[in-house]
Amino acid sequence: MPSSDTTPQVAIVSESKAKPRLTVALRATLVRELSRMRRRRGEVLNPLVFYALAISLFPLGISPEADLLTAIAPGLLWVMALFATLLSLDGLFRSDFDDGSLEQMMLSPQPLAALSVTKVAAHWLLTGVPLAVMAPLLGVMLALPLHSYGVLMVSLALGSASLSLIGGIGAALTVGLPRGGVLLSLLVLPLYIPVLIFGSGAVQAAVVGDAVLPHLAMLGALLAAALIFAPWAIAASLRISING
Amino acid sequence: MWGLIHKLGSPKWFYQLSATLQPWCWGAAALLLLTGTLWGLVFAPADYQQGNSFRIIYVHVPAAFLAQSVFVFMAGAGLIHLVWKIKMADMAAAAMAPLGAAMTFVALFSGAVWGVPTWGTWWIWDARLTSMLILLFLYIGVIALRGAFARRDSGARAASVLAMVGVINIPIIKYSVDWWYTLHQPASFTLTSRPAMPVSMWLPLLIMVAGFYCFFIALTLMRTRSEILRREAHTQWVQTLVKESR
Repeated sequence: MPSSDTTPQVAIVSESKAKPRLTVALRATLVRELSRMRRRRGEVLNPLVFYALAISLFPLGISPEADLLTAIAPGLLWVMALFATLLSLDGLFRSDFDDGSLEQMMLSPQPLAALSVTKVAAHWLLTGVPLAVMAPLLGVMLALPLHSYGVLMVSLALGSASLSLIGGIGAALTVGLPRGGVLLSLLVLPLYIPVLIFGSGAVQAAVVGDAVLPHLAMLGALLAAALIFAPWAIAASLRISING
Repeated sequence: MWGLIHKLGSPKWFYQLSATLQPWCWGAAALLLLTGTLWGLVFAPADYQQGNSFRIIYVHVPAAFLAQSVFVFMAGAGLIHLVWKIKMADMAAAAMAPLGAAMTFVALFSGAVWGVPTWGTWWIWDARLTSMLILLFLYIGVIALRGAFARRDSGARAASVLAMVGVINIPIIKYSVDWWYTLHQPASFTLTSRPAMPVSMWLPLLIMVAGFYCFFIALTLMRTRSEILRREAHTQWVQTLVKESR
C-alpha cells in the first residue's frame, strides 16, 4: 500500500522538475523584469521626464491662457502619454534580443505568448502606471478642472495597458531591425487611435460633466480585445524576428 | 478541389494560368472602364443639387471600394502564407499592397477635389475621411515593414502578421472614429444625404466598380507574374523561359 502511494508522487516531482509550473515561470519573469528595470532607472524615468517636458512646451508654443489650455488639456495629456509610451517601447524586447535571453525564452517549455505578455505587464507597471500617477500634476499646469483628475488617472491606467499590449506587437516585429525606432512608430500609432479617442473622450466628458462610464467601458473592452489577440501576435512576431 | 489549391501554390503553374487569364482581365477592364466612363461622364444626367461635380463619384466610390477590400485580400493572403506556408500567397500580397495604397490615395484625393465645390473645403475631419486616412497609414506601414527586413522571408512573414493585426483593427478604428465624430460635432454635412439615385446614375457607377475590380485583378496578375520571375530566377523553368524569349 505505501509503495503504491509513493510512486505517483515521485513521478509528479520529477515531472515538475522537468517543467516548472506556468505560474512559477510567470512570477520569475516578472521579478526579473522589475529587477532589471531597477538597475536601469534611466529607462523608466526618461519617458516620464519626456512627458513632463513635452507637456510644458505647449503653453509656451500656443498660449498660457487658462481657458484655451483647459479646452485642449485632455487631448494633450493623452497624446503625449501615447508618445511617451511609444518612446519606451523600443527597449521592451531590445536588450533581451541582444543578449540572447529571448532565445532562451523561446526554448523554455512555457508558452512564449505567456512569457512575453508578462514582460508587457511589467512594461505597463513601470510606464503606464507612473504616467497615470503623474498626469494630475501636469493637469494642474494645464488648468484642468480639479474634479476630472480621478477620471484622468483611471483612463490613463486602463488605456495604457492596451497601449503596452498593442505596442508590444510593433516592438516584437521591429526588434530584429537595426534602426526600428521610426518604423515602430509608423506601425503602432495608427493602431493607437481607438484608445486615444476613448481615453481623451473620457477626460473631456469629465471636464464638461458628461457621463464618463461609457468611455471607460469602451477602454475596458479595447483592453479585453487586446488581451485576447495581442499575446499570440507578439509571440508570432518574436519568432519571426529571432529567426530573421 | 485540393488538387487545384496545390496547383495554385506552385509558381510555375500560376505563371502559366495567369498568362491565359490576363488578356481576358485586361479586356474586361478596358471595356467596362470605357463604357462606365463614357456613360457616367457624358450621358448620365447632372445632379440637380451638385450639377456636374457629382460625376467625381464614378472615380471616388470604386477607388474607396477597392481600397478597403484590397486590405482584406492582403490579410487573407497573409493568413494563407503564415498557416500553410504557401509562397504564392505572399507574392500576391506583395503585389497587392502598393495598389491598395494607391487606391486609398485616389479615394482621398478625389474626395478632397469633390469637397471643394460641395462643402467649400478640401478637408474636414469627417469620420469617413479620417478612417480612410488611417487606412493609408496602415498600408504604408505594411509596405515599409516588408522592405525593412534584410531577409525576404522574414519581411514577408512580418508583413503578414501586421496585415492580420490591421484587419482586426480596421472595424475597431472605423467604429471608434464614427463615435468620435458624433460626439464632437453635430453633423453639418453627410456624405450619404444624396437623393436616391436614379438608374441612369447608379448603373454606370456599378459598371465602374466592376471595371475597377477587373483592372485591379489584371494589374495584380501582372505584378505577381513579375514577382514570380524575380523570386524564381534560379529555377530551371524560368531560365529556359528567358532563353526561349531571347
